[in-house]
Amino acid sequence: MDSVLELRAIRKSFAGFAALDGADFTLRRGEVHALLGENGAGKSSLMNVAAGLYAPDGGRILIGGREQRLGGPREATAQGIGMVHQHFHLVKPFTVAENILLANPRGRFSRGIETIEREIAFCTNMLGFVVDPHRRLDSLSVAEQQRVEIVKVLLGGATIIILDEPTAVLTDEEADGLLTTMRRLAAQGTAVVLVTHKLREVTRYADRVTIMRGGRHVAACDPKTMSTAQLTELTVGVALPSPVREKTARGELRLIVAGLRVEHETGRTALDGVGFQVRAGEIYGIAGVSGNGQSELVGALTGTTAVAAGDIWMSGAGHIADRPPAIRRSGGLAAIPADRYAQALAGGLSITDNYAVAGVMAGRYGPWGWLDRKAMAKAAAAAVRAFDVQGVRGLKQRAGLLSGGNAQKLVLARELAGDPVLIVAHGPSRGLDARACAAVHERLLAARARGNAVVLVSDDLDEVIGLADRIGVMSRGRIVAEFDAPADRQAIGRAMVDHG
Amino acid sequence: MAICEFIVNWAGGVPATALPYALAALGLIVSERAGVLNLTAEGLLLVGALAGIGASLAIADRPWVALPAAVLAAMAVGLLFAGLVVLLRVNQVIAGLAVVFFCQGLTSLLGTLAEWQNHPISGLGKLIVWPLSELPAGTHALFQQDGLVYALLPIFYGVHRVLFKSMTGLRLRAVGEAPEAADSAGLGVTRYRVLAVVAGSALIGLAGGYLAVGGTKMWFGGMTGGRGWIAVALVIFARWRPWRALFGALLFGCIESMVPRIAAAGISVPQYFILMTPYLVTIAVMVWAGRGKGGADLDEPGALGRPHVREERR
Ligand SMILES: Nc1ncnc2c1ncn2[C@@H]1O[C@H](COP(=O)(O)OP(=O)(O)OP(=O)(O)O)[C@@H](O)[C@H]1O
Ligand SMILES: [Mg+2]
Repeated sequence: MDSVLELRAIRKSFAGFAALDGADFTLRRGEVHALLGENGAGKSSLMNVAAGLYAPDGGRILIGGREQRLGGPREATAQGIGMVHQHFHLVKPFTVAENILLANPRGRFSRGIETIEREIAFCTNMLGFVVDPHRRLDSLSVAEQQRVEIVKVLLGGATIIILDEPTAVLTDEEADGLLTTMRRLAAQGTAVVLVTHKLREVTRYADRVTIMRGGRHVAACDPKTMSTAQLTELTVGVALPSPVREKTARGELRLIVAGLRVEHETGRTALDGVGFQVRAGEIYGIAGVSGNGQSELVGALTGTTAVAAGDIWMSGAGHIADRPPAIRRSGGLAAIPADRYAQALAGGLSITDNYAVAGVMAGRYGPWGWLDRKAMAKAAAAAVRAFDVQGVRGLKQRAGLLSGGNAQKLVLARELAGDPVLIVAHGPSRGLDARACAAVHERLLAARARGNAVVLVSDDLDEVIGLADRIGVMSRGRIVAEFDAPADRQAIGRAMVDHG
Repeated sequence: MAICEFIVNWAGGVPATALPYALAALGLIVSERAGVLNLTAEGLLLVGALAGIGASLAIADRPWVALPAAVLAAMAVGLLFAGLVVLLRVNQVIAGLAVVFFCQGLTSLLGTLAEWQNHPISGLGKLIVWPLSELPAGTHALFQQDGLVYALLPIFYGVHRVLFKSMTGLRLRAVGEAPEAADSAGLGVTRYRVLAVVAGSALIGLAGGYLAVGGTKMWFGGMTGGRGWIAVALVIFARWRPWRALFGALLFGCIESMVPRIAAAGISVPQYFILMTPYLVTIAVMVWAGRGKGGADLDEPGALGRPHVREERR
């Protein structure tokens, strides 16, 4: 057998909750092995066990056929296992070279920096991309940071590379580039684990796929012999109907944006005269390569980014371009921000508090200083049920412990409660599994059918095309083209890059 | 030239007053760069001061006995603090305050029990190093300094080198910025944090020892007079950078050594106003340092005050 890594009957519990319940996994030399599973299935947990970060409660780890005990990441690295985490493990104020040197010491500091810079150049040359070793990490894009992680792992001599949802934050092209590189490494004998929710990547790039559900192994097979429908069914248990967009009557104007300008501290213009209108019962999609002003637009709409010039009018709240977020929210704005853990939830607070905070602001649970905690808990419990938030062990549990999809469902439950005038959603299904993704889309379509106006900003072109009634394409801080549904994918794709 | 003499005297007094601030702030920087929020300075200064005097009285009235004693005593208390916050993960603010109160009580008690109070020692003598001693005699008031003052620059240079130009420093800062990253890079986060706190405590202890054997040359309860708190503020002003901390300390040294000279010059300013000035300046400096910025822009170490537990999700 040429299995380089074997995990047998791994068990791991967190505070009594079994995240891994006898999970098996076998990795062979020279393969790209996809790991599929719903949010919270235990994919990251299992890989963290392999990387030495989580100490398993039970089970066996075999590396190169021999049983090993991994006391920590250092032992795993020594065994040739390197992992690129879902949330990168990088030091923001350090340079690229310093970050890589930290994990791969090369003697004394100044000599080490020189050596590592040479090695970085060699490694990136081989992989076919560039990273400037002198750049500070926080000045890099997510895709570039990921490259740093990969170089870091490779220079550590890894022969087993674990990538935990590497493509969740990448554009299609970047993802293809990364996975092609991984295929090349596999051809040279490296074993690659690819954790992902995107079936397209599985069928295109993986030699084998393991599917997990509820902390256990469900199946391992060759993805080439499977249809996407079969894979989906194995992953989530049932076949999913794709959401249908019914015809709705467009209502009155809900949002008018005109001549919007946003400038960065550095003086760079992030938004340069953006204008569009959204009506009730309509989803206005914004497509584009990320980094072309989408985040700034969402910030300007929700009130977290200062506007330099231009006007935002929202029915129910009036001209809001320079009003604080609270005014907008009381006027009926609902926001589903891109970073759910940082901007949408308070990770350290309970599920109840996170759900009920909007209602508290509106005075729904009694006056300030006299909250009806019972009513809050009851409302939260109902919402958790209605929106099918999984992995809730108790309403007092910290919201930060929810897996990505379930955290997003909680945000949706809060934001869609009541009858918002306008919903601004930014990358609402990023990092979500097929089922959670479908749930999010269904909720947004339901809001549209109810007559809410929706602005949907997403890097995922398929998502925008599938949901939006009209699509604006953003490039370099402008809306360069607008399309009515049904839109032509090719034409949108051209508009995205033509001006970019 | 009375005014000239005034300025020379005043400037000559600056290094000695600045030194405790500088060393204490430097010690705090070492600890906080590793991510441990450290409020213990006031307590550690007291411990260092008492140990310095105690060693001088009980063992030998020599600075090379007193200063190491101060350093060792502060390191012991630092180890206690590190155990509380790094190993037991007690809230770092509360543990820091508790250590200060504990040290205040303990030093007063020990000082009284051992009858070390108000016993003057000869302490550190002033010296003037060679090329400076050749300058005209009028300038000697400027350069006649304690030996430790001359050691200050090498100490700062050394700490700066270690923090920013060595693997140890790289790791220490990584532990303070992103413990998850440090952990998965195979570093012992706990070990680095404990070491940083203890090393930082040594520097603060040295500052305390100097206050006693170089400054007052005797022990009395609470003799540090809030200098530790000013050092805490200095660290923020300095944005956790050693050279800026030295600059800030000199600034405070200027103000503090001005205070008695104003009084001596016969200018009548209410005494309490004078005693208040360092704190007023602290607040002013903090406002200035933080003007128009959010916390993140102050270069605060990313994981300051946040304990690291490998398997815990944030
Ligand atoms: N450190 C931890 N502390 C507490 N609970 C945890 C921890 N790590 C994982 N869990 C829980 O274990 C379960 C599995 O989580 P895991 O992150 O492995 O899922 P996943 O398959 O990677 O999901 P996703 O696709 O959302 O990344 C979840 O319910 C999660 O809340
Ligand atoms: Mg995961």
